[in-house]
Amino acid sequence: MDASTEFAPPPGPLPGGGRNLHRFANPGRFLRLSGRVLPWVSAIALIATAIGLVWGLGFAPADWQQGDSSRIMYIHVPAAMLSYMGYGSLALCAVLSLVWRHPLADLAAAEIGPVGAAATALCLATGSLWGKPMWGAWWVWDARLTSVLVLFFLYLGQIALVRAFDDPQRGYRAGAILALVGAVDLPIIKYSVDWWNTLHQGSSITLTGAPTMYVGILYPLIPMTIGMVAGFIAITLARTRAAVMERRIRALLQARARTEAVGQEAAI
Amino acid sequence: MTHLTYIIPAYAIAVLLAGGFAVDAWLRMGRARRKLAAIDPRFMR
Repeated sequence: MDASTEFAPPPGPLPGGGRNLHRFANPGRFLRLSGRVLPWVSAIALIATAIGLVWGLGFAPADWQQGDSSRIMYIHVPAAMLSYMGYGSLALCAVLSLVWRHPLADLAAAEIGPVGAAATALCLATGSLWGKPMWGAWWVWDARLTSVLVLFFLYLGQIALVRAFDDPQRGYRAGAILALVGAVDLPIIKYSVDWWNTLHQGSSITLTGAPTMYVGILYPLIPMTIGMVAGFIAITLARTRAAVMERRIRALLQARARTEAVGQEAAI
Repeated sequence: MTHLTYIIPAYAIAVLLAGGFAVDAWLRMGRARRKLAAIDPRFMR
């Protein structure tokens, strides 16, 4: 692939908003934009997480039944949200890649996968550490836990598929298809506590109703969630920036090697 | 504070995972930026 056309939109008409989307496929423009946004997002992540940690660990009251183990919630709940959000963004990247062939979507998906898998692993691990003192078991084959475990395996599958082919495009396509198919797990996770009789508690926070937990315990969750979401975005942006630059380096080195080979053939 | 044997590992895993990914992303970005600046100085402007 020629270095100059590496991120060029595919030939032919693009459906819907494809043209606008491809404005952001320019690597220079993406690097400039993300370079401006990244310090701010990183600062928000650090400040909000620090506030949430001090508030949650130092000032929030312990739950009257669960004691201080409820403080694991300040890690567990944002990690759970990140695992859904990460997979949702993978599915979005898959649509952008399969429908509009947006090249940055492929790179972003490849970088979101490991971060999302780590968030899901964190959710499972902290859930287990919370479950042992409360339920008396590290793990139960409950619908919520099992569906999140399936999500973790979907992440692992996407990571493996993207890197499994010599031709990166085939890997991206296979990973995008798995990400789209796997998105069916997201509503299953969300409604698992309603559809089945689970050991895992139902939702404490809903969009339509009042929270079912004491607000003094709930409030520190807000900065922790903002901080961890911002941290996820910052890490993903930084990884995608690195991937864009690495791809550019590979393309330039390949172009240089081809030019040298042509020169040597001409000299012979 | 009760349940410290569960709370400390939970927060330790979170810090290690987030810190590890953040440091890795930052180092990788720096390496790529230096290499690209050496190959194509105009691109980074």
